[in-house]
Amino acid sequence: VQPGKPSATSPRHWKSSDTSPTSPTRLVGVVGLEIHAQIQSNTKLFSGSKVGFSAPPNSLVSFFDASLPGTLPVLNRRCVEAAVMTALALNCTINKKSFFDRKHYFYADLPAGYQITQQRRAVAVDGQLAYSLLGGRKRNQIQSRTVRIKQIQLEQDSGKSLHDDQRSQTLIDLNRAGVGLMELVMEPDMSCGEQAAAAVRELQLVLQALGTCQGNMSEGQLRVDANVSVHRPGEELGVRTEVKNINSARFLSRAIDYEIQRQIEALGRGEAVLNETRTYDSKSGHTIPMRDKEGLQDYRFMPEPNLPPLVVYEDRGSVPAGLLGAEGVVVLEGLREGLPELPSVKRARLVRSYGLLPEHSFTLVNEDGLMEYFEAVVKETRKEPRKLIGWVTNELLGHLKHHNLSVSKCPVSPSALAELLELQEAGHISSTVAKQVLGEMWRDPGRRAPEVVREQDLGLVCDSSDLQRVCQRVLDSHPDLVRALQEGNKKVLNRLMGLVQKETKGRADPVLVRSLLEEKTS
Amino acid sequence: MLGIHQIYGRRRVQLNIILPLLCRYYYASRTDNMLSTNVKTLRKTRNTPSRPVTVARLYSSNKHNSKVPKVPTWEPLGEDRIPSLPQVSSDLVDKLERLALVDFRTKEGLVCLERAIRFADHLNMVDTTGVEPMDSVLEHGQLFLRGDTVTEGDCAEKLLPLSNTTVEEYFVAPPVGNKTSTSNRH
Repeated sequence: VQPGKPSATSPRHWKSSDTSPTSPTRLVGVVGLEIHAQIQSNTKLFSGSKVGFSAPPNSLVSFFDASLPGTLPVLNRRCVEAAVMTALALNCTINKKSFFDRKHYFYADLPAGYQITQQRRAVAVDGQLAYSLLGGRKRNQIQSRTVRIKQIQLEQDSGKSLHDDQRSQTLIDLNRAGVGLMELVMEPDMSCGEQAAAAVRELQLVLQALGTCQGNMSEGQLRVDANVSVHRPGEELGVRTEVKNINSARFLSRAIDYEIQRQIEALGRGEAVLNETRTYDSKSGHTIPMRDKEGLQDYRFMPEPNLPPLVVYEDRGSVPAGLLGAEGVVVLEGLREGLPELPSVKRARLVRSYGLLPEHSFTLVNEDGLMEYFEAVVKETRKEPRKLIGWVTNELLGHLKHHNLSVSKCPVSPSALAELLELQEAGHISSTVAKQVLGEMWRDPGRRAPEVVREQDLGLVCDSSDLQRVCQRVLDSHPDLVRALQEGNKKVLNRLMGLVQKETKGRADPVLVRSLLEEKTS
Repeated sequence: MLGIHQIYGRRRVQLNIILPLLCRYYYASRTDNMLSTNVKTLRKTRNTPSRPVTVARLYSSNKHNSKVPKVPTWEPLGEDRIPSLPQVSSDLVDKLERLALVDFRTKEGLVCLERAIRFADHLNMVDTTGVEPMDSVLEHGQLFLRGDTVTEGDCAEKLLPLSNTTVEEYFVAPPVGNKTSTSNRH
């Protein structure tokens, strides 16, 4: 633990061993996120060209996207619905009337020289995202936090530029230019990288559940920029820097923590923190200033003259008679009712229907596909879900993480796992043996549990006479332990059991062994 | 030429209409008869252009009241308006050059800029209390939303020839992503 690490306002900050509340003179980090989520739709925001990936360069570009003169924007209804559904899921207030503006800056991949965005009045404001962290020493305590969402706005994406330094040129592909983005601006309610990563993970789950964005950070569908500053609690906020080029939740956490540390050290040396944009270098784990920011950009915001206000209606009754029936109308009532099950609701349902602990359901929902896997196993076994969950979240997930696989690539199918656990439940094998068998099944997919058990003769020895002999042997060879037990030291019993298990290669039924030993030594 | 003839033609028609109107002012009670007389008059006139002439205020009993004032209603502003920046700093000129991608650092350029600023300062004299700024003439309308079906695109072969240089179906731009006034002159 580095001594300079901020302990943050929460005493359970994972890097700090300091459990007392922050003393007034320590600097803490303040983190606000700006997230751009690419809307999942068939066509782009203002034109009818296809949204797709890995297409030949400049093949998904219409005249409007190439900003040829004489073209006009026509807003895509699906994008508005996506933004509104996301806003409803995050408890935002929807602005019934919102406006579009132009944000001017020159960049090679922005052909028009401006980006159509919503600066004056966004589609939705004032929401919040509730997320949870797994904290505590064993990372099994749920901490619930919320972060306020300042606004959600619709805007255009820019094209892609490929820098060819050899030939001193930039190659521009406009396939991505004009694709709809939802920009979510969060208030600076977070104080460290872990919280930011957890919030982003929760947002990913929400967006995926709604179907409005696939949320893949590495593919650029979800882009996160972090605004980081440090200050003393109670004082005004410090100068912030913007950190860009973050490709995963893990890098986000590291980048933010590095930046907080860097700013604290700089202030400690008496230097000032510059208001600049920095890029994160994942190899070194450092943030590096991006060159030539040339002072603050003046975006010259102006109202988009080609687009009237965007109106969203509360219910079918408030839609003017002429528009009703036309498909070009967004009605909130219908969208609200049609919202799918959100992650928080899913977790609550799991806890209720299977009697799980909150941290278990958190892990189940957090991993893609794990919940479905778990439910499939539950269906095929008599074992109680509560007992089952440990196998899924610890053993199975442990194997998956170790081999860096996703649930969809798991070599052990739900029914195979169910079969294995049935054996264990019925008492044919002990739990240690079951873990062993799981390892075997992992290495050799397709082999079922009963086969493995039979082949390696791992079945529980329940034969009383066999066990009796083994127990007797153990007791005879360790008279000192017997004496200790008879004198009242109960812990010795576990050692004796361990010895018996070693003799039987872990196949002895622990309950039976315990009762036999107790009987023999009483 | 044709235009002048049409104007003269219209004038003659208007005379034919105004005269009965003037008569109406004296004989207001006989509106029905006058109407029929008016209509007939219109049809009979040889100089009526082939397309129908829409006449405003044919049935109005008010005197024609033009909204165009007879004399100008504005006064030229004196020099005592709100003073603008007396001197445009060189940093500001830098920034403006970068934003507009135009070089104007010459003496004439700066003088022109200053005059433009002083001209725009006229707007400061307008009293706008209680008046909402206008965005565009569409601002009372409502945005039409289109369905999410693919209708365009796939025209790379039309777009790429528009650029002077392309490399393997990519457009080409100068290496530094941000355009500066020194790298791109119009």
